[in-house]
Amino acid sequence: MLRIIHIKVNGREQELAVDERESLLDVLRNRLGLTSVKKGCEVGECGACTVLVDGEAIDSCIYLAMWADRKSVLTVEGLKGPDGELSPIQKIFIEEAAVQCGFCTPGLIMSAVEIVGTGKKYDRQELRKLISGHLCRCTGYEKILDAMERIVEEVYQVSHRTE
Amino acid sequence: MFDISSFYEAKSVGDAIGALVRDPQAQIISGGTDVLIRVREGKDAGRSLVSIHNLKELKGVELLDNGDIRIGAGTAFTHITNDPLIQRLVPMLGEAVDTVGGPQIRNMGTIGGNICNGATSADSASTLWTLEADLVLEGPDGEHRIPVEKFYTGPGRTVRDRCQVCKYVVIHRDAYEGWYGHYMKYGKRKAMEIATLGCAVRVKLSEDRTRIRDVRLAYGVAGPTPLRCRDAEEILKECRADDQEAAAAFGKMALTQVNPRTSWRASREFRMQLIEELAKRALAAALEKALADTGEPTGDRNPATGGESNA
Amino acid sequence: MKVVGQGMTRVDAWGKVTGEAKYSADLEPRDILHGKVVHSTIANGLVKGFDLEEAKKVPGVVKIITCFDVPEWQFPTAGHPWSAELHHRDICDRRLLNQRVRLYGDDIAAVIAETEVAAAQAARLVRAEYEEYEPAVTVEAAMKEGAVPLHPDIRKDNVIAHSHMTMVRPDFTFEQGLEEARSRYGEEELLVLEETYDTPRISHCHLELPVSWAYVDTNGKVTVTSSTQIPHIVRRCVAQALGLPTGRVRIIKPYIGGGFGNKQDVLYEPLNAFLSMAVGGRPVRLEISREETIYGTRTRHAIEGRTRAVVTRDGRVLARKLEAYANNGAYASHGHAICANCGNVFKGLYQDELGTEVDCYTVYTSSPTAGAMRAYGIPQSVWITECQADDIAAALGMDPLEFRKKNGVKDGYRDPANGITFHSYGLDQCLERGRQAIGWDRKRKAYAGQTGPVRRGVGMAMFMYKTGVYPISLETASARMVLNQDGSLQLCMGATEIGQGADTVFTQMAAETTGIRADRIYIVSTQDTDTTPFDTGAYGSRQTYVSGMACKACGEKLRRRILEYAAYMLNHEGKDLSKTVYKDLVNQAAAQVREALGLSGEEEIREEMLDLADSRILAGKGGRELLDLAVVAEVAFYSRDRSRHITAEVTHQCRSNTFASGCCFVDVEVDMPLGLVTVKEIINVHDSGTLINPETALGQVHGGMSMGLGFGLSEELLVDEKTGRVLNDNLLDYKIPTAMDVPDLKAEFVILEDPTGPYGNKALGEPPAIPVAPAIRNAILHATGVHMNRAPMTAQRLIEKFREQNLI
Repeated sequence: MLRIIHIKVNGREQELAVDERESLLDVLRNRLGLTSVKKGCEVGECGACTVLVDGEAIDSCIYLAMWADRKSVLTVEGLKGPDGELSPIQKIFIEEAAVQCGFCTPGLIMSAVEIVGTGKKYDRQELRKLISGHLCRCTGYEKILDAMERIVEEVYQVSHRTE
Repeated sequence: MFDISSFYEAKSVGDAIGALVRDPQAQIISGGTDVLIRVREGKDAGRSLVSIHNLKELKGVELLDNGDIRIGAGTAFTHITNDPLIQRLVPMLGEAVDTVGGPQIRNMGTIGGNICNGATSADSASTLWTLEADLVLEGPDGEHRIPVEKFYTGPGRTVRDRCQVCKYVVIHRDAYEGWYGHYMKYGKRKAMEIATLGCAVRVKLSEDRTRIRDVRLAYGVAGPTPLRCRDAEEILKECRADDQEAAAAFGKMALTQVNPRTSWRASREFRMQLIEELAKRALAAALEKALADTGEPTGDRNPATGGESNA
Repeated sequence: MKVVGQGMTRVDAWGKVTGEAKYSADLEPRDILHGKVVHSTIANGLVKGFDLEEAKKVPGVVKIITCFDVPEWQFPTAGHPWSAELHHRDICDRRLLNQRVRLYGDDIAAVIAETEVAAAQAARLVRAEYEEYEPAVTVEAAMKEGAVPLHPDIRKDNVIAHSHMTMVRPDFTFEQGLEEARSRYGEEELLVLEETYDTPRISHCHLELPVSWAYVDTNGKVTVTSSTQIPHIVRRCVAQALGLPTGRVRIIKPYIGGGFGNKQDVLYEPLNAFLSMAVGGRPVRLEISREETIYGTRTRHAIEGRTRAVVTRDGRVLARKLEAYANNGAYASHGHAICANCGNVFKGLYQDELGTEVDCYTVYTSSPTAGAMRAYGIPQSVWITECQADDIAAALGMDPLEFRKKNGVKDGYRDPANGITFHSYGLDQCLERGRQAIGWDRKRKAYAGQTGPVRRGVGMAMFMYKTGVYPISLETASARMVLNQDGSLQLCMGATEIGQGADTVFTQMAAETTGIRADRIYIVSTQDTDTTPFDTGAYGSRQTYVSGMACKACGEKLRRRILEYAAYMLNHEGKDLSKTVYKDLVNQAAAQVREALGLSGEEEIREEMLDLADSRILAGKGGRELLDLAVVAEVAFYSRDRSRHITAEVTHQCRSNTFASGCCFVDVEVDMPLGLVTVKEIINVHDSGTLINPETALGQVHGGMSMGLGFGLSEELLVDEKTGRVLNDNLLDYKIPTAMDVPDLKAEFVILEDPTGPYGNKALGEPPAIPVAPAIRNAILHATGVHMNRAPMTAQRLIEKFREQNLI
């Protein structure tokens, strides 16, 4: 059955008619064309579909779209600046060569957004745990962790300078 | 898209119970991390769902007037781990639920779901057993309070009726005050894992902190349901905290009170090895936390100033 | 070299961090039909019939196709070039859907429906009636006397192939070697070892599933967009499967989320095309779930290696023998190529004084089909070879590294069977670098004689790996370059980007060879068989080498054409160019070049007098800057006197090959009562020739190392022997390492220019996955004295061994 829900997606209020059987992943990909949200397992075991709901990283493949009603959803498409410039997190992923096949990348970037959102610093070991919900078969996580370390450090510096 | 026949987002616990009563095909869904997977597998395909996902009344941790801690069943694992009350009074529970799946799953999955799923591997279960926690269920016939030890009836089975909603997990003041604990999850990898074995140990020391006044030992995956090893606990009572022989006997005795099975995931023999070894190691870790706490002597600690160490 | 050898940023990084890079499923049209495969619920037998009544009742079902509705002919699926020689062709043992069921989950029918849910519901309701035979899941069961042959039309028994190879003498046998050794050295001077080493079935676990969608285009072309490593091969196989001329099939390959060899096989593209044709060419998507991918596509072969060795007590290897049995599963896929590859490296990695004997068997079983996976049989080979090497060294009481230095493959080694040679050899240096990095000599001593429950150990393993597949198979590749009006370049490679960074290194190669700046080169990432020149695709660590040769040759051709036109401009500055806005500029340039080269006004400026670097035309190599390439490009395009579209296209057949090599050194801690192995330090050192891009090279090594860690410690696809059913067909139960399971990864390179590589390069993509597991195994041996002969070395297996030996 189709139901009307209201979601703020990447900063824009959306009124959507969704099938109540749809996952948030289905709605983001198929109704809104946000194809950065990748489907890798459909059961919350790979992390490729990670998006933020009210600032928290979740696996959108096992999150019913109905639950997102009146919530705020953020995907990688929502990270670019008004003139299309990349966010610092995206830039660092590029600079640290943390990208290979790219299928896990958008999800990992969303976890990075959640992590820096806590305003805390984390060491490499803590970061390993914080990204452990993302499987990556290309990188051995090495360069991803390099990127995460820099992201946490640099965003922390910036946010504490401006205070 | 999930193969479900209908979906209802409940407005309150009472509303959810009403919806469950009206539709005999309906099942309850909370975090979704287990139910939706069963729907996709076809096991629960075609059923209708009554969602308590967004019920505010089921979320959060509260300290009651009598010093008991009440955790809303719909509280996500991450929120338990990050909760200041949990961190101060029962950090072990926060640590235990921080081993579930990965960060995204912990943002979604709830403690009520973890328990009501009935799995022996639930990472919160063995800790709740050592805490002698109560579960508060509400159904068409009112509210029931059930000790967690009475909750499980078999693999994947609990006393919860389909129409009952688990509302709270209650941890009594005397179960955390002066106690220190440690949970060890043993898996084939360090994240995104279901426990091969889970071991929870809690200890309470004598006032001079040289002897073990009381101890609790519980396991997940050591039998068809989580279980407690009371005979092993008896061995350690009033032993010196550094008594290695007693610790070894504690691990050995645990073996007589468990019944792990052989499956393709792990053999009984392997699990028995882990049962003995983890008992000793979790005990040592719990004792280390107890002895590292430099605060006031235990006993009459006020929950407002701290319960167990978070060393 | 200026661009080659630089750590240039990946050309696709921007698209991937913004989520704008499109993968197959991202390109589906909105109104698409959903296909769903129906899988058998037995492992071995025959479909007698179907009851489709309930399934057809599901609202939204468009069509159900069963194994009785598909063509009767059979087709191959291996990602190999086709052959005009009959005996060199891949085995044709597949149908679109199978009546004869050969694995649990075989494809027996397919549903097309308007929604995903309807397709799934109907697929669940399809009832099949079977005649059931006993599943033969293991090699042993499949080779047993009287075992039911799975493909009686192709092989009378289940052995797909048996190959016999030797070293030193064609008729060498291990038994003879043993006799000779006894007579030469005397029994008491010899040590004879006999041991079996096993490797598991492994799942590729690329994050993107093998998704495809198909439709028939307005021109009648059967068009499939697919996540594949080998679009041109898929085109041919789809044509073979559907009985269509190749030209009527079109395959489009966008960005893909990893392949690791699974997508070096034709998976569901033929069925997807067939389903679309069955509904009048309407678009149909065929999404293969993670579970279906794990049990129903391909796996790495489980290989059992039965070995023997005879060595002298002072550590010289006299003879070795290997009998390798590869479990190929239900269909031939790549056939015997992988097990034969395994045998080749066993025989070559050590130089046996008297001889080496190898027998390789590839066997059909009623279990998931094995095919290509990163390093194509060599991780198994090196597991067997390097476990054996350490066991020999341990029996002799010899340092394992010294043993390898004494007996290992040497500079100039040439495989006598196929002529593949070490044209550059850095293995020795790799071993030295690894030895230093891990602190080998110190730790071998320091860790000796431990007795506690938690022990440390260091171990290592080495390997060699050929580059591409020549001369075993055809090696051909193509490149096309088109100069734009602004002096920028379109680079179109037949070779495919699958995540490894191919687009980036080809961009660098094109920049290096043409002289056009890398930021003015636009590589076309998508391969579309209608427009992309032919290349066999991403596999065998071949593309930087084989396709690199094509890229280089094409770049040279394009560069000549540019310089030829520039010379024309400079010679005709006063005539043809007199009316153009560039008149003065070209005049000046002509004067400059004449001055610089000392040419009179009469003498012709020839193309070889000019150079192109950094997108500028120069007066001679490294000479004065004359013109921006943009000027030449614009004039060439629009000149009314002599308009030329400057393009080049090259198909290059590669007729060379060279060995890459390397090693892994690890330091582990073994917590014996818990069976826990913690890798404290790990380093891979690679001899892969010149690195085109050190950054992406490093990424390849890291990824391979983590795959090696999984192989060594946690990954194993489990098949129930009674039912043939895969037990762990999901990413929770199949244990690839998470970020918490991988230690900090170190990698180093020994860079020696290979004379046969287009830029001095040789194989790199696959090798990093090879040596890690046996290095860990050998470190556990050092720490505990326990020989773990079966991978993965799970906690349960370790504890069983420790208990057996009363260590815990």
